[in-house]
Amino acid sequence: MKTIIKLTRYGIISAARSRWILGYTAFFFLASEGLMRFGGDTSKAVASLLNVVLLLIPLVSIVIGTMTVYNNRDFTELLLSQPLKRGSLFAGQYLGLALPLTAAYLLGVGVPLLARMGSTDSVTNAGLVLMLLASGTALTHIFTALALVVATRYDDRAFGLGAALLLWLMAAALYDGIMLAVIWTFRDYPLEMPVLAMSILNPIDLARTLVMLKFDVAALMGYTGAVFEKFFGTALGMSAAASALLFWVLAPFGLGMKIFAKKDF
Amino acid sequence: MLAVCVFGNATAKTHDLYPSHEGGVIARAVSGAQAGDTLRLHAGVYQEHDIVIRKPLVLIAAAGDEHKAVIDATLKGSSIVFVRTSGVTMRGLVLRNVPVSYMNDNAAIRVEGAQNGTFENLRIDNALFGLYLATSANCHIVGNVLRATKGNESSSGNGIHLWRCDNITVERNDVHGHRDGIYLEFNRHALVRGNTSEGNMRYGLHFMFSDSCAYEGNTFRNNGSGVAVMYSRFVRMTDNRFLNNWGAAAYGVLFKDITDSYMAGNHFIKNTVGLYAEGVNRTKIEHNEFRENGWALKMLGSSSDNVFRFNNVIGNSFDVTTNSFGSENRFIHNYWSRYEGYDLDRNGLGDVPFRPVRLFSVLVEEQQPALVLMHSLLVNMLDVAERVIPSMTPEALMDVAPSMKPFEITTTKAQTAIRKN
Amino acid sequence: MIELRNCTKRFGEHTVLNGINLRFEAGSVTAVLGPNGSGKTTLMKTILGLVRPESGEMFIEGESVLGGAEYRNVIGYMPQIARFQDNLTARELIAMIRDIRENPPGSREEELCAMFDLAPHLGKQLKTLSGGTRQKVNAVLAFMFNPQILMLDEPTAGLDPIAASTFKDLVLAEREAGRMILLTSHIMSEVHELADTIVFLLEGNVYFQGASAELLANTGENTLERAIARLLQEKNHSAAFELKNLKTQHFSA
Repeated sequence: MKTIIKLTRYGIISAARSRWILGYTAFFFLASEGLMRFGGDTSKAVASLLNVVLLLIPLVSIVIGTMTVYNNRDFTELLLSQPLKRGSLFAGQYLGLALPLTAAYLLGVGVPLLARMGSTDSVTNAGLVLMLLASGTALTHIFTALALVVATRYDDRAFGLGAALLLWLMAAALYDGIMLAVIWTFRDYPLEMPVLAMSILNPIDLARTLVMLKFDVAALMGYTGAVFEKFFGTALGMSAAASALLFWVLAPFGLGMKIFAKKDF
Repeated sequence: MLAVCVFGNATAKTHDLYPSHEGGVIARAVSGAQAGDTLRLHAGVYQEHDIVIRKPLVLIAAAGDEHKAVIDATLKGSSIVFVRTSGVTMRGLVLRNVPVSYMNDNAAIRVEGAQNGTFENLRIDNALFGLYLATSANCHIVGNVLRATKGNESSSGNGIHLWRCDNITVERNDVHGHRDGIYLEFNRHALVRGNTSEGNMRYGLHFMFSDSCAYEGNTFRNNGSGVAVMYSRFVRMTDNRFLNNWGAAAYGVLFKDITDSYMAGNHFIKNTVGLYAEGVNRTKIEHNEFRENGWALKMLGSSSDNVFRFNNVIGNSFDVTTNSFGSENRFIHNYWSRYEGYDLDRNGLGDVPFRPVRLFSVLVEEQQPALVLMHSLLVNMLDVAERVIPSMTPEALMDVAPSMKPFEITTTKAQTAIRKN
Repeated sequence: MIELRNCTKRFGEHTVLNGINLRFEAGSVTAVLGPNGSGKTTLMKTILGLVRPESGEMFIEGESVLGGAEYRNVIGYMPQIARFQDNLTARELIAMIRDIRENPPGSREEELCAMFDLAPHLGKQLKTLSGGTRQKVNAVLAFMFNPQILMLDEPTAGLDPIAASTFKDLVLAEREAGRMILLTSHIMSEVHELADTIVFLLEGNVYFQGASAELLANTGENTLERAIARLLQEKNHSAAFELKNLKTQHFSA
């Protein structure tokens, strides 16, 4: 445990000095600041940010994650030649990536949004912002874990990057395409529950749904919205959502750890 | 103690009324009064109900006692005042605590078969129905405040309820917390103007089978389902504000089977659906503002020969949804915030047509759960694809010359003047 | 003392270590030689636990260590020229390794930094350092804890002659101090200068193991380079042919 903390700390120091993380933070900061300044109220800014967050966080986390693992390959070997357990090294590697990415996101988006959460903003808006921050954090952790799986599994850098992008595309768009096809094919049937199930299974869809339900957008969705709101309003629904997100962190993390433990360097 | 004093000449007397322990002060005064007399109520609480008026009388609060003379039914009886004749005026009184009944339409003031009634500056609290007019004509309902606070849809009544009336003016009233704020059925020539109807359980304004009525400058906010306008002709709705009607089955205005009507200068802001039109024909919708609604306009069923022009359609999740793809309706010269065309000849109108129906909205109309994909990358890509390959969207429904700039939405009178210039 | 018993490692179809048995004694320098792809690096990585053999056992001081992590406390490893893309400075890297190896016995970091004249470079980020300087940093990392076992993979590649000579002195001093040193190198003069024992690997097998003098005597050559060449010639024709092929592939790749 102590070793994991040490490794994480060095990962954070290293990440904090890199240009990409500065750029990533700056991008989120400028986007949120701009939207807050010129876009009007918090809920509008969050609506616009949601698109960016859902697109960019998974993409950046998985690409940066994969690239960092490849770039640190020699460094990892050096660390492996030290009296370290592989599990600690893997966990340190994961946290050293996921935590700076999360911090960058929380700083970039959280500061402009929360700084303006004055007395004028309602509790609803606070809930909205917190949900946006929480979902972004979850997505960061999930896609960092996926990045580690890909980069650990495939030694070929180009192939790994391709696989990472494919994975991102699957979660960000292809899955929704399949969902849309299912909805269209079975349009004569009541689909609220299947759609609910499908949107829980994909972390990007789940994150989007959770934030959207915090908007008053749920009203647009009529009966579907009511079903969704009712489901996610219950302790069961929220714990299902939380478990799904947690699953998407732990499953790739566990898989990556397993591959890492057996891997030849 | 003498509760009633009599003044005045032989033709029309004024009776001053004060509250009394004996009760029945108003009822006795009414039966004792002559046609044309005035009953002047002084401050205090009169615990009475079922006061029936069969002769033209004036019931008013004494000068300086406006809204201090309270007729309290203490949740007993049916209506508080039952007007069964023409020429009755009530002004400045407070009426309260009309009991809930599932059998009778208990009202603070019930008017039947009356002409030329005036009900003004009244305050009606906690009544099942507030003002209930049936088979009456030429009445004025002006400047009243109606507040109902409890109950649900089935155990509450309408604020201002007009049934089979003609030429009624409903003006500057403020209705809150009823089932329907203002309700009209089988009316002709009603004028509903400058009212505020807010936080009512079902509709802010609800009317059916009421031809040739006009609704001007009213504000309908935050009602359960918005405003419902059904089975009527020659409806004129101008300069109204339909705000924050947000809920699974809510809309700014529901138009159902409306023909030959006119809608202008209205603001539809933050409603689930701004204007929901079903079976609407030969209706002109112009110079309205649709802003930040889920859907600005849903046009369904057999709607045809409508004109939708000079409107601002800004920042709605969906601009137009329709399930009929014919070109029966004309959309032209509207300002669409989603429009990304250009104006090379600088005539203020875009050179490429705008198609307000998103492919995604067609999908959503077909199967609502598809809405979970809103804001997803896929749907955003669909939108881009639509713009690049417009053939994907319904061809017929489009604005061939959208306005490049939003319109200034002024009152309709000002607009008429502008258009003449 | 390290002992490998029947260690086998395959990468797919390719057998890199073919049931290898080896012993390395304290107070000696062993050079692991062989053509490219003969399994030198894999052998080192197996000892370090970077590569997990399919079968076989490894003992350090008689204790089975394969799969463990603690045993690396007694090993210092100097990898082939490493390309760190990391943003850490040299000083931070050294501090980090010291931090990870909890309670390392008497650190020699300052002495070694002075020896390799590293002071001006310690504050720079690793990715900005030249290959030779990084190699010096690696040397510091490998030697700083006085490990009982030293694994040096092409240690002098990239070092300038002065640093190389300093380095060789360091290795010899460590041998005198009773360390077990394992080394790979392509520079035969260096091997000749440093190594007491030579392990010659060919296609995953130990083709020769013994003192370098023994190798010279056996082959009748007077330089190691020629002795190795002779070893290869002696190998049967088909194998030599394969080897040639292997080399051609290597160069064309």
